[in-house]
Parts: sequence; C-alpha cells; structure tokens
Amino acid sequence: MGSKTALYAKHQEMGAKIVDFGGWDMPIHYGSQVDEHHQVRTASGMFDVSHMTVVDVTGTDAKEYLRYLLANDVVKLQEKGKALYSGMLNDNGGVIDDLIVYLMTEPGVSGEWFRIVVNCATREKDLRWMADHTVGFDDVALTEQPDLAMIAIQGPKAIELSKQTVGESRAKLIDQLSVFQGLESEGWFIARTGYTGEDGLEIMLPEDEAAKFWQALSDNGVKPCGLGARDTLRLEAGMNLYGSDMDETISPLAANMGWTIAWEPENRKFIGREALEAQKESGVTDKLVGLVMESRGVLRAHQKVIVDGVGEGEITSGSFSPTLGFSVAMARVPAATGEQADVEIRGKRVPVRVLRPSFVRNGKKVFD
Amino acid sequence: MSNIPSELKYVASHEWIRVEGDGIVTIGVTDHAQDLLGDVVFVELPEVGAELAGGDEAGVVESVKAASDVYAPLSGEIVAINEELEDSPELVNSDPYGDGWFFKIKLSDTEELNDLLDAEGYTGLCESEA
Repeated sequence: MGSKTALYAKHQEMGAKIVDFGGWDMPIHYGSQVDEHHQVRTASGMFDVSHMTVVDVTGTDAKEYLRYLLANDVVKLQEKGKALYSGMLNDNGGVIDDLIVYLMTEPGVSGEWFRIVVNCATREKDLRWMADHTVGFDDVALTEQPDLAMIAIQGPKAIELSKQTVGESRAKLIDQLSVFQGLESEGWFIARTGYTGEDGLEIMLPEDEAAKFWQALSDNGVKPCGLGARDTLRLEAGMNLYGSDMDETISPLAANMGWTIAWEPENRKFIGREALEAQKESGVTDKLVGLVMESRGVLRAHQKVIVDGVGEGEITSGSFSPTLGFSVAMARVPAATGEQADVEIRGKRVPVRVLRPSFVRNGKKVFD
Repeated sequence: MSNIPSELKYVASHEWIRVEGDGIVTIGVTDHAQDLLGDVVFVELPEVGAELAGGDEAGVVESVKAASDVYAPLSGEIVAINEELEDSPELVNSDPYGDGWFFKIKLSDTEELNDLLDAEGYTGLCESEA
C-alpha cells in the first residue's frame, strides 16, 4: 500500500486502474491510455500530479542560494510568477533532479522568495541535498508543502474549460498569465505550465478543496487521464523523464539539457560548473537524440542503438506515439551519430531516423 | 473480475481456443490478457500456411506498455489470420473473444484438445496469479 493523494477516492470512483508510482498509488489510466492521450491532444484532460514535491525557498539569501544550487540562473526570472526549468547537479555535473522554479514575488523586492517543484521519486535525496547546501548561507529556509494537491489541466481546450470552473476572479488571473508563469489567487497557485506539449495549467490548491475541483472540471468536460498518457504525451513533446533519460551519472550536456545551463555570468559559481566546463573542454562523447521508426513495431527503453561506423547507444524512453501512429523514442548515442541508425528489436536490426527529440507540439507533428 | 466465457478452452499463456469443428480452432487472447497488456497498438501474426507445433511462437502483441509473444497453443497449420488487426489492433481490447481473434489452426492432433483448461480451470489460474 502506497501513499494516496487527496484525489484517490475520485480516481477509484472514475474507474482508474491504480499502480505503484514511486511509492504512490496513482492512476495509470481510466480505461484506455491511448484515448486519454488523444483527449489531451484534441480537447482537454486532467492529471493528478499531487505526488510531486513542492518546496518553498525563503529568506534574504534565497536567491543567492538558488544561484549556487541550480545550473540555470534564477536571475533570469524578471517578472513575478515566471518559471524556469533547471537541472540540480552534483559536483561531477550529473543530474540529481530536474525541476521547475517559480519566482513568487516581484523581482528584487525584499522578502523575495521562490517555489520549486521536484520529482516524487527523488524527494528524499533532493531535500537532503538542498538542505546540505544551505550551509554557508545565513538566511535560507526550505519549507516543503505536502498539503498541497496539484492538478494539471492540459490540451487546446484546457484553459477555456478551467476558466469556466474556477470562478470569476481566478478566471481573470488565468487570462493574465503568460506561458511559463504562475500566480496566486485566493489560496490557489495557478501556473501556465505542463508536461504534454499542449497549452494548459498546473494548479496547486489545498488538499481539502481538490476533490470538489476535480469533480467540477469533470462535470465541465475535462476528462481524467492517467500517468500512462502523461508519459506518451511528454515523450512526443520531447521532454525528458528523470530516471529514464538522465540521472546522477549523466551530464546535462548529454541529456539535451545544454540550454538549461546558464554559463553567463562567468563568475557565477554553481554546483557542477567546474565539471561541466571540463567536459566541454574535453568534448562531450554522447548526446540525447530522437528516433523515429515508421515501420511496424515499438521502440522501447533499453533497446540497443547501432550506428554503423560510429558505435552504439541505448534507447532511454520509447513508445508507440498515439498522435503519429508509429513509434518514437529518445536515445543516448555517440556524439558523432548522423541522421540514420539501427535499433535492435527482438533480435532484429530495424532502421530508424535520428533527429532532434521533439515530435509533437500543440497537436501537430513537428518534424519532416 | 474479467470475462471468461464458459464455452471456450484456455491455456496458461492467456490464450483462448474455440473449437469450430472439422478440426479447426480459433485462437485469441483473453480479456484478462488484454487488460494486463493495456492498449494494443500492433499485432504481428503468423503466415497462412505456416506449420506450428504447440508452444511455438506464433506472433507478437505490442501494447503501449510492452511486447508479448503469442504462442500457438496447439499443433497444426495456420489456415486463417485476422487481417482486421493490421488496421484496428484495438479490437483486441474492445472485443477479445469476437472481432479481436488472432488466427485459426487446422489441428494435426485433436488429442491435444484434452490438455486445455476449461473456464473454471483458467479462472483458478488467473486468481492464483492475482
């Protein structure tokens, strides 16, 4: 028996198939993962993501602490509510976790503070790492918010249907949100973020209000979706999954996360910087790419990728793509890999195309 | 609990067998199997005319979750395959005992039918695996 979110009874009521997910009893689907996937690409779906870990970072040193802790630079957050995607690295430049950090106040004001959302499976090591590295900062406080539920509403109709459900003042706030921005309204934190490649919201709210809101969204036509569809949606969008596409042994430079490293200003010291600079100097040997296989069959994690004349790699995430009707994957391959490779599937070599890992955005195929 | 029709026979690898007469049987995967697999996205079937022995690999079912081998539960010649599954693999989920059938075998030894599980035996097997 795992931990249960505030929506567990709702999931059962709505026919969810429950599986263990990092110690949590979570819905994998409510009947058909593929139907739920299409629902998000064509209309709207909602996901219970309350298992994710929310940590507030406060204190007069909060900003300087995060500039040291994270590979991306929170100084880029120049508007209240803006969000930043970042890796949290170890001294070797390996990825301890990937996370989203929101600036919760106006930039630069006294009392400036941040909210971080990290993965659930990495919660304990993340919290320990974060706490250990407050040493040397006089005034930083880390406060986990375990009593918040989190619901992601995603899809081309997600914002419209959410606005119909949240009441007038929160609907007004939603209208003001830019992409990758989150703001508070009457005790709820509403962010225009997601993990599907569609427009949508992620809403954090008190646990005791979650079931009622979930039901109201459902009554307004937002379909419940499980973590199965969440995975195929994020894969099509080319978004990394921690623990599959990267981990503590993998550099962000070999995980398609180079864009999340803020090298400037050069004098900003952050954990992992020296290791990353050394890697850049000596040359990064691997890269994370996208694979497309238009013939029958399914690419799956851990299948071997063979690049003739170059070497071998491995699929880190793979699935049938419901939107495209064939299989796509992410794979770590030698840096010299070109546009073609083979994947070994059940003892046979099958040719695949190699491209940038981004397959579907806003309901549409994004490669030729 | 999943649907286990009493008129069918079963094997432990979660296939069902319907005896059609003239030594021909129809094979598919059970409701329990399709539920475990999740959404089926590809089905690879044997060639018509292939001679298979009971227990031989006869194809592959790929779902969003995993790839699973399909076995010939009985020995004989493949006399028909369900070509609908090429375009509509989801029939395996929606109608596992009807339109989601896989292939038909002309048995080489009808005695093998005596080794199959009945609905009660298969129900017991599913419960012991649960």
